[in-house]
This record gives sequence, structure tokens and C-alpha cells, in this order.
Amino acid sequence: MNSRISQYPGDLSILDENDVRRKKNNPLTILQNFLRVLLKKGVLTWLVLAVIWSIAALFYPPTFFPGIVQTLVGSQEIILDGTLFQFVLISAARVYTGWLFGLVLGIPVGLFVGRSDIVRELVEPFINFFRFVPAIAFLTLFIMWFGVGEESKVILIMYSTFFIVVINTAAGVISIDKNKIQAARSLGANERQIFFYVIIPAIIPQIFTGVRLGMGSAFTSIVAAEMLAAKEGIGYLIFTSRLYFHTDWIFIGLVTLGFMGFFSDKFLRFIGTVFLKKYGVKTEGNFGK
Amino acid sequence: MGNAVIKIEHLSKVYDNDLNKKRTRPEPVLWDINLEIEKGEFHILLGQSGCGKSTLLNIIAGFLNKTNGRISVKGKEVSKPGQDRGVVFQNADSAIFPWLTVRQNVEFGLKMQGITKEKRHSISEKYVQLVGLGVHTEKYPSELSGGMKQRVQLARILANDSEILIMDEPFGALDAQTRRVMQQELIRIWQKTKKTIIFVTHDIQEAVLLGQKISIIASAPKVGIFKTYSIDFPYPRNEMDNAFRQQYLEILGHFDFGRGI
Repeated sequence: MNSRISQYPGDLSILDENDVRRKKNNPLTILQNFLRVLLKKGVLTWLVLAVIWSIAALFYPPTFFPGIVQTLVGSQEIILDGTLFQFVLISAARVYTGWLFGLVLGIPVGLFVGRSDIVRELVEPFINFFRFVPAIAFLTLFIMWFGVGEESKVILIMYSTFFIVVINTAAGVISIDKNKIQAARSLGANERQIFFYVIIPAIIPQIFTGVRLGMGSAFTSIVAAEMLAAKEGIGYLIFTSRLYFHTDWIFIGLVTLGFMGFFSDKFLRFIGTVFLKKYGVKTEGNFGK
Repeated sequence: MGNAVIKIEHLSKVYDNDLNKKRTRPEPVLWDINLEIEKGEFHILLGQSGCGKSTLLNIIAGFLNKTNGRISVKGKEVSKPGQDRGVVFQNADSAIFPWLTVRQNVEFGLKMQGITKEKRHSISEKYVQLVGLGVHTEKYPSELSGGMKQRVQLARILANDSEILIMDEPFGALDAQTRRVMQQELIRIWQKTKKTIIFVTHDIQEAVLLGQKISIIASAPKVGIFKTYSIDFPYPRNEMDNAFRQQYLEILGHFDFGRGI
């Protein structure tokens, strides 16, 4: 029999094997660990959300606030005939195109803004002016200027991606440690080499943050982009369903949009982890943990 | 003194934003500095923090412009950073490139000069071995300790064939044991490569342990070089030797009773 009195501080014999086993097999511990895993995987969050949704829906008529089952049943026809899926593809194409254009334009502009004091002083008021004007405010103008086709929608999404990417990229360039640039210069690098071999790799984490935030921004503008002059798309579904009092379609649209963004971000984070880890890209989550 | 690699004459430095203040008289950070450093010399710049020793170093490195006087390296006026003067920064994390492996960091300068991959490899291999990072070549800086990161900085400028090594309190952020090891390593590498080293520190013991010449920089208001000592006793030096202790105490005396060195 093990003595239960510890011989000296730090003596671990007090934790004899049976104790550990008993603790491990304790139903309460098993439940705790199980819940912890569910929480970590995000399952618990979804469950809680579903429960809150269902309870809230009990108090209202389905046309005002449909529950989960009512939403699914009500949306049966657009799910089954493939409309919803088609709308997902169409909206995704618009979001990704606008977002990509926003990146292609925003990253170089951000690099210039960060690199040159003159460009920064010239452009900063402009950026700080327009970043407070939401994309939806430009809806009518863009349709007038760019027509009712895809261009106006893509440009709208590009607009809402652009500034956030510029600001993050420029902030990265400005915050770069000057020792790195001095070191490169005294190692014989010229200005062009410093730009491509030091500045750009050094700010990949900030660019990546801009890319992720830009994606969020792009998704939030899809409804605006599809509000007028669209015949298809998730934004169109959400906006038009109000005319038919199809609250369940609005709900399925919201949920779908949320999942599209959710999985897009998951995909981006996956890319970040696999390809950009050596640049110090953090992909653990929004809160840096 | 024909073979001085670095020649500094009547060098003064006033920071620009001090010059712009109209009412007060601008305070010079450096005033009338005269210094000659010979080829292969281990020269220490010793001074309290804020005395301008880093400013002097930055001017030699070409990162800062002087206000007055002359400074030349191998007879050529210094105006910008150059490959001939390699810099080891105090904060290795801020100076080495975390997205490159140890080998790629060491090869950075060579790559910028367009040297072929095979040649780069053989050069980097040699210096990675010399600084004792042989088994860590494919690691990223985040996997290295503070002392190893300083070795990377050292290998990087050695591989780049810099004649002059400019070191700004390179061991200041290391723990005492690692610092000791690094001091011995630096002596070993210096004796092997015969480079000229300018080494800034505020640590008198480190100064006497490493330097052939120790220039004491006085802080305000008497900014400038107060005195230059020649330390003649051989390496490896021992803090317990009588000569060492006498030298240490003599320099310490300037700081204790010197009134504003």
C-alpha cells in the first residue's frame, strides 16, 4: 500500500495509478472532456445557436420568425430544384471576382502608400473619406455608370474590399522594422531588391489579415450588389423574398450566406497554414488564440 | 599610421530636428570626434547609454548622415551603407529575416549580388560551420535561441565578405552564460578571419575582455572621445588576472569620478 503522505515537496507518489484511473473514468470527467472537444470544434456553438433559434421561434408565427424545421420545409422547393445551389454559385462567383479585383488593386496601392510619404499624404484623406461611405450608397450610381450587368456588382464588391486591403497592407509596410531594411542595405541589396526580398515577405502576415478582412467585407456587400438589377443570387433571394412574404427564404438565404463566408474563411486559413506559415501568418482564429 | 581602414576627423553630429528648433542652441550628439581604426583591429566604443555611441556607429555604417567633419573607410568618404561594412544589430529578431532558414539568411547578401547557387552554398556552408551553426542550417530563426540568432547575424556578414564588422551591443540582450560563450566565440572568429571589428558596449568588463583599443565616449555636455586605451595583454583574457583588474578599475574610475563622461 502506498503511503499517502508525501515524502518531500513535489513527490508525485501521492497520485497513485488507481487514483488517476478513477479520475479518468469518472463520468463527470468524461462528460467534461467531451464538451470541451465539442466546444473546441465549434459544434457546441452551433448547437446553442440552434436551440436559441428554436426557442425564439416558438413565440412567433412562422411568417414572422420561422424555426429551423419550418425554414427547411418552407425552402424545400428551392433546395430540391437546385435554385439555392445555383444561387450560391452565382453569388460566390461575384464575391470572389470582386474580392480578387479588390486585392489585385488594393495590395499594390497599399504597398505604395506605405512606402512613399508623398503618396501616403496624397492618398490618406481620400482613403479616410471613402472608407466611411458604404458600398450600398453607390448602388444607384454604379448601376447608372456600369450598367445592370455583372460589372456594377463586381465593382461594388471590389469597392468594399479595396480600402480594407489598402489600409492593412500600408500599415504593414509602415510598421516594418527599419533594422531589417538597414541590414539588407548594408548587405548590398538595392532598393528594388529590398522591396521584393525584404518588404513584401516581411508584411505577408498583414497582407493576409487584409485579405481575410476584405473577404468579410466582400460578403457583407453581396446583398447590396444584388439588391437591384439582379435575377439570381443569395442577395437577390434575401432581398426579393420580402415581396412574397417568404420569411423562411430570407432565413435560408441568411444561413447560406453565413456558411459561405464561414467556409471561405476556413479555406483561406487553411491556405495560410499550409503555404504562409514561415512568414509568420497567424491562422488560429480571430482573437489570435 | 598608414594602414588605418577607418579614419574619422573632426566629426560632429546634430540631429536635424534639434537644428530646426530656433530658440534653443542645438545640442550636438557628437562633437569633434577623431578616431583611426587600423586593419584587423578590435576596437571598442565604450560609454553610458545616451552618450551617442550608437549614433557614431550608425554614421560609420552609413545609416545616418554626419553634420560636419570627415569620415572615410579605406580612403573613401562614407555616404551610404555598403557591403564592406557589415552590421550586427543588438536585436537579432529585428534584423534577421524570419521567413528564411539559417542558410538562406546567411546567403542573403550573396543572392542579392547574383552569385550562383552552388557558389552561395559552399560559402554559406563554410561560415555556418565557422560560427558553430552546422546542425541548424535548415532551421528557421523562430527555432533558434538568442545566442544562435546572433551567430546567424555574424555568419551573414562574414559570408558577405564584409571587411569591417560593426557590432552594436550584440550581446546586450543575452543571458550571462550565453554572453560569455559568445564573447569567446567572437574572439575565436575574429582571430581566424582577421576582420576589423568596431564593437559598441556599455559593459566595462566586456570591453576589457574583448578589445585591443577601448575608446571611451563621454556623454553630454562633453560629447566626444574622452580617451583611448590600448589593451596589450593576450587572449584569451581572464577577469581574475591582475592586469585585467587594474585595467578594469582604471576605466571604472573614469566613470565613477569623471563627472559626466
